[in-house]
Amino acid sequence: MDLTTSDDQQALQEMISRFAADRFDIDTVRAFGEPGGFDRAAWAELAELGTFGIALPEDAGGVGLGTIDAVLVHEALGAGLVPGPLVAATLAAGLVDGVIDGSVVPAVLDRPAHGPVVVEHLRDADVLLVVDGDGVSKVDTAGLAGTVLPHPTDPVTPVTLLDAVPTGERVAGPEVAAAWRRLGSVLASAQLVGLSEASTAVAVDYAKERQQFGRPIGSFQGLKHLLADCYMRTEVARSAVWSAGVNIDEPEPGDIDRAVAAARLMAARAATENGKTGVQVHGGMGFTWEVVAHLYLKRAWVLETQFGNPDDAAELVALKVAG
Amino acid sequence: MHLRDTPEEATFRAELRAWLAENVPKLPPEPDHTDWPGRRAYESQWQRLLFDAGYAGINWPVEGGGKGATPGEHLIYLEEASAAKAPEVTVGFVGQMHAGPTLIAEGTPEQKAHHLRGILDGSHVWCQGFSEPEAGSDLASLRTRAVRDGDHYVVTGQKIWTSNATVADYCELLVRTDPDVPKHKGITWLIMPMDLPGIEVRPLVTAHGTAEFAELFLDEVRIPVANRVGDENDGWRVANVTLSFERGTGFVGEMLDTTNLMKELVAIAEVTPKGAGTAWDDPGIRRELGQIAAELDALWAYTKRNVSAGAKGGLPMGSGSAFKLSYAGVVQRLGDLALRILDRASLAMDDVDGRPTAAQVHGRLHAFAVSLGGGTSQIQQNIIAERVLGLPRER
Repeated sequence: MDLTTSDDQQALQEMISRFAADRFDIDTVRAFGEPGGFDRAAWAELAELGTFGIALPEDAGGVGLGTIDAVLVHEALGAGLVPGPLVAATLAAGLVDGVIDGSVVPAVLDRPAHGPVVVEHLRDADVLLVVDGDGVSKVDTAGLAGTVLPHPTDPVTPVTLLDAVPTGERVAGPEVAAAWRRLGSVLASAQLVGLSEASTAVAVDYAKERQQFGRPIGSFQGLKHLLADCYMRTEVARSAVWSAGVNIDEPEPGDIDRAVAAARLMAARAATENGKTGVQVHGGMGFTWEVVAHLYLKRAWVLETQFGNPDDAAELVALKVAG
Repeated sequence: MHLRDTPEEATFRAELRAWLAENVPKLPPEPDHTDWPGRRAYESQWQRLLFDAGYAGINWPVEGGGKGATPGEHLIYLEEASAAKAPEVTVGFVGQMHAGPTLIAEGTPEQKAHHLRGILDGSHVWCQGFSEPEAGSDLASLRTRAVRDGDHYVVTGQKIWTSNATVADYCELLVRTDPDVPKHKGITWLIMPMDLPGIEVRPLVTAHGTAEFAELFLDEVRIPVANRVGDENDGWRVANVTLSFERGTGFVGEMLDTTNLMKELVAIAEVTPKGAGTAWDDPGIRRELGQIAAELDALWAYTKRNVSAGAKGGLPMGSGSAFKLSYAGVVQRLGDLALRILDRASLAMDDVDGRPTAAQVHGRLHAFAVSLGGGTSQIQQNIIAERVLGLPRER
């Protein structure tokens, strides 16, 4: 039993964090959401680091590391607010040519039971991959009838309304689909952990600087306790997500689906609660478009429903407890 | 990172599981939780079995008489003991979790020789004399006075929240030896035999109706200087050796027992009528249970993270506080959910209608011990905010 990062893993996270800070500064991040703002050059540079093929075997063009390493990468991507279909690209890198080097941009959709559906990143995608119980299907985006919605809740995550999801061409079977759902869920949860930590750090910095009543507002217990809870939620969630990531790599010690669902519950709670706290700690400024606090919260809302929402995850864990 | 057992851990687990399966059934029925002499006898009997089998002091170092298990083996021990429904550590807690480790770290060779074996084999029970009526969260402001008189300290004062005092043989006692220096610098740590003249023990009945605690009234109790642990006026540092231990892994065994209580609650929900079906048919109840279970799973993973980090060279600052803060929250939510499921069966701390409901009501009340004992949740929040996040102190 060892749930600590190795030196190599810490270096991997630092590399991604540095790249995110340099190449995806906040203006670049915001620009991604604008019409035509998806920066394919930046996306290809991100791909060049091995980001999307991190857990693919080397003979498939990947880096040959494990799911847990992909988890750590996505934690750093989430913390850096890096935009784009990060989970979709990591899932599709081994299946669709060009995704691994960033030249083909994918979107992914867990097929809903019914009705019109909102799909993130489809606006910028070359290919849509639809996951359901029978497998994975590829849909050409050229022939898709959809409406790009003009006011996405997260201004950095464009969303498209599809009236119907076409059948497409079956490119993988049910085992791949099941693996994608697990991995997709855990990677989104890993990004949620990164968001939790980063939104807390921004709020802590502000609380140390902002003066009221002649002292930093971070000296008041009312704020200290809010921020201490943020730290607690991040660390508890990180533990659950790492554990789920390791569980995918070595299936025997636990129930993978339970671990994946528990990770989603903890990570969604941490990112949304910490995101809300981040807005609140910034006071009135936190409620402005200019201050970044709302971007962490909105990204958390986008990710918490990716490959399983918290309610479904809670239901699954409960049924596993009951046996 | 990996979660699977190493071959050595797998062997350790298999042997332990077989031993537990053979020995747990040897115990008599568990005494009522209000019967402290009965609990003492019951736990001491179990501790003796552990001692004879070499499992006592599982995480104590070998030189202290312990098994010197690796951190991974320690967690396996806690996991298997809980799964086998081995007795919870209650009267043995202070000795095994506080006093013993403190003596190993700070005691004289004579003190170690005299005390460690008794804690390990269950013959000696310890209690804790730290808190006072006017020194709770601000423990360092304690006033119980010790005045040197030749080879003795003469101790007068009052202690409160003294766990197991009614059945204890020894007390780990913090006293003020110098009132004229800053509060942290005038405290001394003493071993007080509970049969000395001048000690009055008044049981303090908790909100769940047990005399788990007591008040100690000390009137010129003469304690030999040889019973001092560490230097005179260095007791605050000595005491913090134990407090950091408690904030580290001290609550893990209890957390695993809470997981068992949660499973019992599910079984109750499945047979408790509600509407046209049972309480378990209510999606609101299932989802709340699922969230609680997920958090307990996450805390078990957090424990593994912290224990493996500790084995590699250091528990991250604040991790024990974050663990305890989170656990205190989830155990209270579990208790709240239990009362929802029990509905009017929660009006008694007795089993109702053939269901084991009493333990659930008891558990809801016991949850306060988690958010209050060993540093309240608000103190844990201050520790995280100031020492981890670097927020400025209030004053």
